[in-house]
Amino acid sequence: MDKNVVLVVFAKILVPFILLFALYVQFHGDFGPGGGFQAGVIFATGIILYALVQGVDRAMAVMPPAVLKPMMAIGVLLYGGVGIASMLLGGHFLDYGFLAHDPIHGQHYGILIIELGVGITVAAVMMVIFYAFMGEQN
Amino acid sequence: MIVENLPALQVVLPLLAAPLCLLLSRGRPAWLVATLISWLGLAISVVLLWQVKDGSVIHYAFGGWAAPWGIEYVVDRLAAYVLLIVSLIAAVMMPYAWRSLSSEIDAHLLPLAFTLMLLCLAGLLGIVITGDAFNLFVLLEISSLSTYALISLGKDRRSLTAAYQYLIMGTIGATFFIIGVGLMYQLTGTLNMADLAERIDALEDRRTLKTAFAFITVGLALKLAMFPLHLWLPNAYTFAPSVVTAFLAATATKVALYAMIRFVYTVFGTHFAFESMHIEVLVLPLAAVGIFITSVVAVFQHDIKRMLAYSSVAQIGYMLLGIGMATVTGLTASLVHLFNHALMKGALFLALGAVCYRIGRCDIDRMAGIARDMPLTMAAFVVGGLSLIGVPLTVGFLSKWYLLSAAMELGWWPLAALVLVTSLIAVVYIGRVVEAAYFRERPAGTETVQEAPAVLLIPTWILVAANLYFGIHSSLTLGVAGDAAAHLFGAVK
Repeated sequence: MDKNVVLVVFAKILVPFILLFALYVQFHGDFGPGGGFQAGVIFATGIILYALVQGVDRAMAVMPPAVLKPMMAIGVLLYGGVGIASMLLGGHFLDYGFLAHDPIHGQHYGILIIELGVGITVAAVMMVIFYAFMGEQN
Repeated sequence: MIVENLPALQVVLPLLAAPLCLLLSRGRPAWLVATLISWLGLAISVVLLWQVKDGSVIHYAFGGWAAPWGIEYVVDRLAAYVLLIVSLIAAVMMPYAWRSLSSEIDAHLLPLAFTLMLLCLAGLLGIVITGDAFNLFVLLEISSLSTYALISLGKDRRSLTAAYQYLIMGTIGATFFIIGVGLMYQLTGTLNMADLAERIDALEDRRTLKTAFAFITVGLALKLAMFPLHLWLPNAYTFAPSVVTAFLAATATKVALYAMIRFVYTVFGTHFAFESMHIEVLVLPLAAVGIFITSVVAVFQHDIKRMLAYSSVAQIGYMLLGIGMATVTGLTASLVHLFNHALMKGALFLALGAVCYRIGRCDIDRMAGIARDMPLTMAAFVVGGLSLIGVPLTVGFLSKWYLLSAAMELGWWPLAALVLVTSLIAVVYIGRVVEAAYFRERPAGTETVQEAPAVLLIPTWILVAANLYFGIHSSLTLGVAGDAAAHLFGAVK
């Protein structure tokens, strides 16, 4: 990749902004368009762009597959955990209103946490799929 | 609090245990979690059935959003009955899965296999319990995707093509289903099944509704392997790991059939499905031809797993016959056979899995004389086979009896004759295996093998015992199935 200096430099500049934008889409999802799925995909795109210009090995140093595997599971567990928590607090599954004293706060926390779970899982799964395809070529 | 949330827990427990198994990343703890969860699932479904046995219906609103807007889980007798089948089969097979799977797939894939089995279980239970047409599609995909991956874990490399074939066919089926659901949503503006059923009455002559009906029935027919659409099934069952085959044969097609019953009888209603669309004109001949052809094809199979797979397609044909008859007796026969076929095919495939565990592959030549080395396993196979044929005192007899009486009630003698003839063909294909296993010598050059280990034998014999128990004490299955069938006809004109 030494020949494509412009590409490498611009990718380097872009990656942090992509990741930041992912976090914005993630945590602003309850007020504006966005949410966990989109954020997860955007976050993964940042890493995938990095892998495309710097090579998969360096991307794997940043996001090792050994970390991604538990991430996939933890995201789902986070989502389900909110459901179980609202169940234990006396509501139905995923009834966020029961998560805080004020039901509106509860709804707020609930949607933020489950979207975080979605984001983590989607980002991890996107990267794992990408690694799997890259691994096939090598 | 717990009791109130049981409908959600039925699906949520396996769904959340699945990522937990992935996190454990070791085979044995994952298996223990999966087994525990499957037993809890059985307990939950027993409690649910007990709660709705008197005809009451449990509605569970997800996230506290009331029914037509939010996703609703509905447990009525029919749903509770099918939930019991699926969770019973899962609870029996999970303990079996460890020894069987660890002999057939790589150790590092084991936690993944249990993750997939739990996901598949969650999807299947969800399809049964949900009252929302779109939610049903999501759960159908959860169970299907995990099934494709499970099939591809088989040790034969052909399992990959089998999984791919099923992936394509299954995706077409699911796509057809969702196109149908989309059309209905466009027409009615709702996805809740009860709400749909109410609104459809006024829209019966709309072409959109007819198209939706066609898409949904064909999509589900692909998933449940109705005769000309069954081509994915034999390969998938043959090359998947033994316990996966047993689990799928006993649950997956049954759940798709349940979805078909739900849509035909509850959502569209008998009036629209039978008097306006005449679904029976399509279902009955295909089922009848399918039963005959696949039974004959089963006779000529070399691989016993493949033989039983073809037999499964024939058995699905029996259930479709019952659905197509559009009478209470016919539907009862279908529902009874749904339960009974899960028991008999489960027992047969588990016995076969135990044989595979010892001799590697289940070709009829390799199985010659095996009954001398593995008497208990083969005895289980024989009882399961007798049940499949429909010998009195087994559950198979009840299914056939109800199907015959339903056919005679309508005066459809040729159909009754078909059921009898195909039962005789079942005698031939089961007889071939029995003859080879009991009366032939072991092939030259093979060592004697030991009887299957107890962890494999006990689950097999539990299912065999269930075949006999429910064959004699038929009040549970017949009672619930009869009530559910009568309710489906009573509720929707």
